[in-house]
Amino acid sequence: MKAWSRKNIVNYTMFGITGACAIFSVGVLIFILGYLVYKGGSSLSLSFFTQLPAPIGETGGGMANAIVGSAKVLLLASAIGIPIGFVGGIYLSEYSQKSVAFLIRYTTDLLNGVPSIVIGIVVYGLVVHPMGHYSTFAGGVALGIMMIPISVRSTEEFLLAVPMSLREAGLALGAPKWKVIATVVIPAALRGIISGTMLDIARVAGETAPLLFTALGNQFWSSGWNEPTATLPVMIYNYAIGPYEDWHRQAWAAGFVLLTLVLLINVTARLALSKGTYVPRG
Amino acid sequence: MSSVPLAGKGALPSGRARAFYRRLRAGEELAYTIAATAAASILVITALIVIELYSQSALSRSKFGWSFLGTSVWDPVAGTFGALPFIYGTVITSIFALLIAIPLGLGSAIFLSEMAPARISNALTFLIELLAAVPSVVYGLLGIFVLVPFLRETLVPGLIKPALGSLPVFHGPFYGVSVFTAGLVLSIMIVPFIISVSREVLLAVARDQREASLALGASKWQTVWRVVLPNAFTGIVGSIFLALARALGETMAVTMVIGNTPQIKASLLAPGYTIAAVIANEFGEASGDLYRSALIQLGLVLFGVTFVINGMARILILTTRKGAHA
Amino acid sequence: MSQEAKLRLPKEQAPPAPELAAARNPKKLSAVGVNFYYGNYQALHGITLDVRENQITALIGPSGCGKSTFLRTLNRMHETVRGTRLEGQIMLDGRDILEEDVTAVRLKVGMVFQRSNPFPKSIFENIAYGLRVNGYKGGRRGIEEIVERSLQKAALWDEVKDKLHHSAFGLSGGQQQRLCIARALAVGPEVLLLDEPCSALDPIATAKIEELLFALRPECTIVIVTHNMQQAARVSDYTGFFLLGKLIEFDSTNVIFQNPKKTETEDYVTGRFG
Repeated sequence: MKAWSRKNIVNYTMFGITGACAIFSVGVLIFILGYLVYKGGSSLSLSFFTQLPAPIGETGGGMANAIVGSAKVLLLASAIGIPIGFVGGIYLSEYSQKSVAFLIRYTTDLLNGVPSIVIGIVVYGLVVHPMGHYSTFAGGVALGIMMIPISVRSTEEFLLAVPMSLREAGLALGAPKWKVIATVVIPAALRGIISGTMLDIARVAGETAPLLFTALGNQFWSSGWNEPTATLPVMIYNYAIGPYEDWHRQAWAAGFVLLTLVLLINVTARLALSKGTYVPRG
Repeated sequence: MSSVPLAGKGALPSGRARAFYRRLRAGEELAYTIAATAAASILVITALIVIELYSQSALSRSKFGWSFLGTSVWDPVAGTFGALPFIYGTVITSIFALLIAIPLGLGSAIFLSEMAPARISNALTFLIELLAAVPSVVYGLLGIFVLVPFLRETLVPGLIKPALGSLPVFHGPFYGVSVFTAGLVLSIMIVPFIISVSREVLLAVARDQREASLALGASKWQTVWRVVLPNAFTGIVGSIFLALARALGETMAVTMVIGNTPQIKASLLAPGYTIAAVIANEFGEASGDLYRSALIQLGLVLFGVTFVINGMARILILTTRKGAHA
Repeated sequence: MSQEAKLRLPKEQAPPAPELAAARNPKKLSAVGVNFYYGNYQALHGITLDVRENQITALIGPSGCGKSTFLRTLNRMHETVRGTRLEGQIMLDGRDILEEDVTAVRLKVGMVFQRSNPFPKSIFENIAYGLRVNGYKGGRRGIEEIVERSLQKAALWDEVKDKLHHSAFGLSGGQQQRLCIARALAVGPEVLLLDEPCSALDPIATAKIEELLFALRPECTIVIVTHNMQQAARVSDYTGFFLLGKLIEFDSTNVIFQNPKKTETEDYVTGRFG
């Protein structure tokens, strides 16, 4: 027999209210997904993946160049961000002393907090301006810089989680430190590091602002690394704010593709990490 | 710098031993150098960013000084640049977003950490954290084509105007794009951060505190409200600062729904502009060094503010984490 | 109170004969066939015992025997852990506490934990907490009176009366534990459960707490779990011996320590194991 005292009534009411908050938050995600599937999925066709954008004002065409452009930019970004982040994380975890480590961690956090638009205008000044033109390369640099902090943090966290006893076992056998790190410590932390890297890539894959003044955009194929290139997020933005219905339709399709990609990588990486392990927070 | 002490190798012939040592040590030195270089490059890159921001804004800074922050005129044609409308827009949208996201986020976090059974809590948390992964431009897409029409045709004329239209904050015509719309979109974007960090912080509150309260006849909610929340307070405030820093720097979703008008109005229903949005819109076409320099000065301001707030967030969250383990 | 480590009862007067004691002290809290499970693992097997009113009952046994687990069922604190299941009945004054509102049960059956757990509030607010959450209507003056009375019963008043509004964390370990006792007493429980309250304390702090338990006995029923046999012998009127989740023997303390009926009990109290 439950007593309907005031505190119990308040208890059940608050259970309901807080539950409603949580359900609402999840509901938003489901709504976003559902709506994009509905609007974007219906606009999707093979031509989206294979054709270039149609001339302005005409309907039809696709975003093949943007897809390739995004891939190129992400490739370069990974080539820059992952090595610096990974090796930097190794330094923090295995080699550095307290004060130096503090400085580097602090700076990494600082870098992580820089708004993406600011990164864009800085890379404009440092890369685009001297080169004299927009380029895929500049876009890759901007995104690469954004990838560094998360890569450092997740590498360091997973390396630190490897027990000291493993390192000691290797060192006691006479192996040099770098070999112990390479053959014992890193493999033990590898799963987490890879998951962290995947989350990192997923995060920058959706970034638009840093590309606005670096890779810019391109109606056609861009060859090599020195030409401006279309990228998926920038296309979505341009088409969404544009005046043509057909552009809006394509923006939905592109949004659907981008979101699916990003969420797929996220879900895979998080599941691979399994319960209870550190998930780097953007 | 740490070097591995080598075991005694007296048994090897000395010539070979020295070569061995040299190779080994070279490997060590090389490995260390590579690692240190990577770490140093982080410092270099960050320094470059700060230097670039500072030096490229020099033109504007020398012309306007810091009264830049107080001037409300933004006229590229006349060459007058004032940051006030953008600072206002940034602050207003962020605060409005927080006003919605804090109760929503805290309520969800409390449910997930205190009230719900573990499996439901983990599953819901997983889904909510995915919200943080949705790209800004996708939020913008939904903002333009779903939220704006909904507000313009249904919510504002149907609910807001009749109920609150007399208040100055809801005064004036509403075209769909506005500070209000941007604030709503921002609130959904920052909610996952509040939920994530707050939930962790709440879970970290020591079990024996809860038991002491329950044993005195308190209900679960009373325990949460009077014991757990006060214990977790610092960390929760930290999560709010984190969310605020995110909101301040948010670009794409905001510029797609805020109306991009540099003005300062009391009404939330009026269009506005934020620092990030104006940089995104005007930097590409900024003609003239002063114009571009002014935009970079805005970028410097934004950088500075997010730096400070992120710093405070980190201190608050670290303090809680340490306290919980004590 | 003397610190003799003998197994004889060092009390001044001889305890009443069991039958007289039963007549004078009715059953306050009874467990009837209690089985307890952590998931699939059965931690308690068919526990049946009666706690007598205004008497001190001690539960002893080696580590992991289930005595703390059993104690926590008496105010339904086991429900704060997921995946646990309880079978049987627990009767308080003839009514099954498992059927009542849990917060009302906990008002009547208070608990003091092994490690002191004061709230990060002032001493005053710690004690007032129970009153506030239960909607005490006596006003500020009423709360102050109750705080003072509780601190006196816990033998802490003189030490803290000048710093009531200082943080509870400024107190020593023994003082914090007495604070927790005062906090539990403030809501006026009829039964007080203590789970190894002195295990983290030095002998002097322990002695203070044992003294105050004697002083509380006339108005409160006390159940104390202890791994310290000498403490059980010193302090309690009745003792229950637990082993591997079963109640091996339950009788007046005199009998348990001087004339145990089961060999396991005898082995344990004479120190042959555990």
